[in-house]
This record gives sequence, structure tokens and C-alpha cells, in this order.
Amino acid sequence: MTTIRLGEIAYARSGDKGSSANVAVFANEDRQYDLLRERLTEKVVKDFFSPLGVKKVKRYEVPNLSALNFVLDGVLAEGGSRSLRIDAQGKTLGQAILEMRIPDESGKQELNSQI
Amino acid sequence: MSRSPLLVGNAQAFWGDDPDAPARLVRQQPNLDFLTLDYLAEVSMSILAIQREKNPQFGYARDFIDVVKSLVPAWKSGAHFKIVTNAGGLNPKACGAACVDLLKKADVDLRVAVVSGDDVLPILKKENRDLFSNLETGEPIAKMRERLTTANAYLGAEPIATALADGADIVITGRVADPSLTVGACLAHFDWKIDNGAGGRRATWTGGPQGRASGSERVKYDSIAGATIAGHLIECGTQACGGFSTDWLELPDNGNIGFPIVEISEDGSCVVTKPKGTGGGINLRTVKEQLLYEVGDPGNYLSPDATVSFLDLDVKEIGQDRVSVRGAKGRAPSSQYKVSATYHDGFKAHAMITIFGRNAVAKARKAGENILRQLERDGINFERSLVECLGSGASVPGVKIDNGAGGSRATSTGGPEGRESGSERVNHPEELMETVLRVSVADSNRGNVEQFTKKIAALVTAGPQGVTGYSAGRPKIQAVFGYWPCLIDKELVEPKIDMLSSVEAAVSAAYSQHAGDTPATTN
Repeated sequence: MTTIRLGEIAYARSGDKGSSANVAVFANEDRQYDLLRERLTEKVVKDFFSPLGVKKVKRYEVPNLSALNFVLDGVLAEGGSRSLRIDAQGKTLGQAILEMRIPDESGKQELNSQI
Repeated sequence: MSRSPLLVGNAQAFWGDDPDAPARLVRQQPNLDFLTLDYLAEVSMSILAIQREKNPQFGYARDFIDVVKSLVPAWKSGAHFKIVTNAGGLNPKACGAACVDLLKKADVDLRVAVVSGDDVLPILKKENRDLFSNLETGEPIAKMRERLTTANAYLGAEPIATALADGADIVITGRVADPSLTVGACLAHFDWKIDNGAGGRRATWTGGPQGRASGSERVKYDSIAGATIAGHLIECGTQACGGFSTDWLELPDNGNIGFPIVEISEDGSCVVTKPKGTGGGINLRTVKEQLLYEVGDPGNYLSPDATVSFLDLDVKEIGQDRVSVRGAKGRAPSSQYKVSATYHDGFKAHAMITIFGRNAVAKARKAGENILRQLERDGINFERSLVECLGSGASVPGVKIDNGAGGSRATSTGGPEGRESGSERVNHPEELMETVLRVSVADSNRGNVEQFTKKIAALVTAGPQGVTGYSAGRPKIQAVFGYWPCLIDKELVEPKIDMLSSVEAAVSAAYSQHAGDTPATTN
């Protein structure tokens, strides 16, 4: 199964919300939105960011913007004001998620044909 | 008859943003109706609290007064823009007085309104009922009550609109919801009705229009929702124009990114744009990114003026650096304000030193840990400490990033590279020749943190070869403030408006509605 870097088909933006952060991922092309929906499940995103101490990931679908918005609970550890980390505000999470490798379209077909 | 669109710009996204931006924006866009200036981040109030402790006349964003000074030439040459700003911080009245003082000296005839009443610290301190538990953790406030330093409710647009309707040219607030700076301008301009959910309690100016929501006219929540989105889009200044965007490197003239302007129509739809001759870009990508910036559930964006859904938004490029945003859906806001409270949480310091050479990361990590072990031997065990090696992925520690090291391409500008997952090379810190060691400590005992700031410099001679870049001197000891978000019933909060004039000092006394004489009107 070949993989692609998420950043090849999407762009992103992250920011803080107390001790949580949101990461919005947008499809470059509207037709790639379904692939994003299929690949970027709450579990995949939670696993990716788990070293940061994410407790829960909630995904919101925003089809009119071809976007998925993830809210990462606890990802900023003790919150922007207390955290000692260089990125206390989740500013870098958008850039980080774009480095995630996901199975590409052919992988999608493979998955579908297995079902 | 529909009114012409309202032009609202933002030229200050946070306290410390480019101080020349406001004067530049009104020069670039002379027909601007409103300039909004946002100074308050989540914990800014705690910094202002420290300043107010030193001088009771402080506690607001004093940079704002310099900004007003920089705008005087524009007003004198006939510009008609008004200002709505939260620069008042913890002390909006002192900010208003300083502003009026400056305008008088500059001989500019403007009316200044001060919106206060957001400070709910006394209520949080006193109230012994089981209220104000932490919105995130659910913890009760009881254990934190003694340590609270600030508590401010995010007021809505209504008092701003009331002040504007009464003729204010500059409205200075304390804490209000960021988009409400823009919504307030729209309420006044389009004469929209509003019901802020406080059960009839609203700030009014004795001589002004009483009860903006009274009468039978329905509240147009979709319009208010649209204005809220317009305000949300510009509240972070240049971020609406491609600042902080994924595409930043490719944007034209990104050393000169413009501050944004929204042209808001009576139905609440808007066009996002920026002045000609500025850099950056307003396009589908930059606007969509900013739309979801710091947003939780896009179907339920909570503001004190309306609960907003982004799910029917229609975002279209309609010209060069012009994007239209329409289709916002709104409904009545909650009956509570969000409160941003802060509490004392000890002290911290961060130290940074550069380390170059083979095994730079291993050397840096060991050097950082050595300092902490030495202090341990002296009997200092910090409540919290952290050693980071910047350059090795410290921004997202432990997250597996295919950083392209070891020959594969570091970046891709698009198009599938077809790399096999087996070829991934993940975070190879041992290959780095250089890193910045960052050591952080936090403790409730200031003396402990101070000891750290004195010890760290020893690494210059006792650390590995290749230590450099330690020229800034001892790290600063900073007070730490924890953040305590909670909710408060709107009926417990009383927005107040004071009108001041630069012609005649304090023409009017403060007006406020007192609990006792609040008319129990319904809307």
C-alpha cells in the first residue's frame, strides 16, 4: 500500500483553547474531502498526537469548507499559561499533522475491495 | 432601504502587535468606518493585574494611547473612522481618562465611551454557592478562590452599540468577546435589535435609546451571526490575510502583509479584503483557515451575542484579494457569559543555550540534566521542570514526523511522491549537528527559581565544547498564572457605560443600572 504525506492533499491550521487545541485540516481539492474523512478518523489523529498526552479527540465535519476540525483534549498538558513546553499554545500542531503519512487513493480502493 | 456595507478593519491582533499598523491602515483605507483593536489574550489580564498593583492608574494596554496619538493626523485631516477596542483591560476607566487627556492636548474633538462591568472577581471571591467550576476540568473553584487574581466576563456587543448610538467615537472596553467589537459596530450602524439573554438587563445610557430589543421586532440572529463571523475573521489581524497560514512562504510580499477589512452588509454577509498595495493574500485557503482558527464545534460557536453555525457558510473568491462569506446561521445565545479567570501559580524561568557539534542533542540533554541534578544536590527539587532540545522536534515531542532527513526530500510542494511507508525516516535527533538547549523550571518558591537562573550560566565553561549563544544574561523570573475558564449567569453581570468628551472633561457621570432599579422588562 502506498502512502502519501497528508500535506500533499491538504492544508491545516491549529490554535489553543485552554488546555485543548483545535487542528483544522482542509482538502486542497474538494474531491479529496472524502479521502480525508476516511483516513483521518478520531483514532488515527489521537494515535498520532498521543505522545503529547491527548486524552480525547473529537472530530467535527465541515463539508461546506471541505474541512475536518479536530479538538484535542489535554494536548497542551497543563494549558497555555502553565505549560513549560516551547509550544505551549498548539501553534505547531497544524504543521505536524501535515507530516502524517496516510494510505493514498489506491489504498482506499484496496480497503474497499477487502470489504 | 438597505444601507451601504460597513467597513470594519482590524489593526491590532494582540498586545505587542505592530504599533504602526492602525495609522497605516487608516491611511491605506481612508473610507474605513470602524477600526477594531484587540489587545487581550487569555492571560493578559494577569499581566495587567501586576501593573495595576504597581500603580493604580495602570492596568490597561498603555500602547493604545500611543496608537491614538498616531491617529491624530488622520482625524485632523477629516477621516471619520471610529474605534472599538478592548484596550481598557482591567482598568478601562483609567484608559478612557488617558485617552481623553491626550485628545484634549491634541485638540481633537471626539467622544470617548468606556464600557466596564466585566470585572466579576468580587462575585467569584464572594459567592459561596457551588458555582464557577472549571469549564475544562470540572474542578470546584473553592480550592482556588484565595489565589484568584482576575476574573472577567466576556461581555457582548450590546453596550458597545449603545455607546455608539449615543455618539461615541471611541469605545474602550475591558473584556468583551473578540468578535463583539465588530458586532457592536454593526448593531449601531444597521440598527439591529439584540437580546443578549440577560433577561432584560442591559446597559443603557440614560439619554440614549432605551431597550434596543424592545418592541415587536424580531432579533435577526442570522445577521448577528454573520457579523460575529466577520469579527472572528479579522480579530487576529494579519492572520486573515495569510499571516500564520500554511501557504505563507508562497504568498506575495509576505514582509508587508496587510491588516484585514470586512465589508459587512445588512444581511450579515461580508467580503473579506485588505488594502491595495499590501502583501499576503486573501483567498479561499487563507480565509477558510482563519474561519476555523481556535474554533471548537463549528456548528455551535458560542458568543455572547448569538450561537453561530458555520455549517452553511458559502465562501467564494469574487476578485483579487476579495472573498465573500455568507450563509451564517445564528440563534439565541446562552444565558451565561464565559468568564476568563486567572490565579497565582508560582514562578518559572526558561533558559536557552546553543550547542553545536557531533552528538549535539545528546550533549545538550546531558548538560541540561546536569544543572537540574546539581540543584537537586543543593536540596532544590522543582515542582516542574523540562529539558528540550530545539531542532529535534521539541515542539511536538514524541510525535513521529517523517522529517525527510537522510537524503529524502524535506518538503513537497504537492504531487504524490509515491514513497513507500517503509522508507520513512522518523525524527533522527542523533544526526543533528546543532540544537538549542532549553531548560525550564517552575516552582511556587521564587527563591528556587532564582537559584536556577544563577546556575545555568555555568554551562558556558562546564558544559560541552560548542556551547555558544549565551549572551542575553540570566533568564528572567516570570510569575505564572493559571487559567480558570468558567461561566456566570448574565443576570449577575452589569455592563456599564461612561461617556467622556475630549472637549469638556467627563461631561457626564457614570451611568449604571443598579440591581435594585433594573426594570423587569421582557423582550
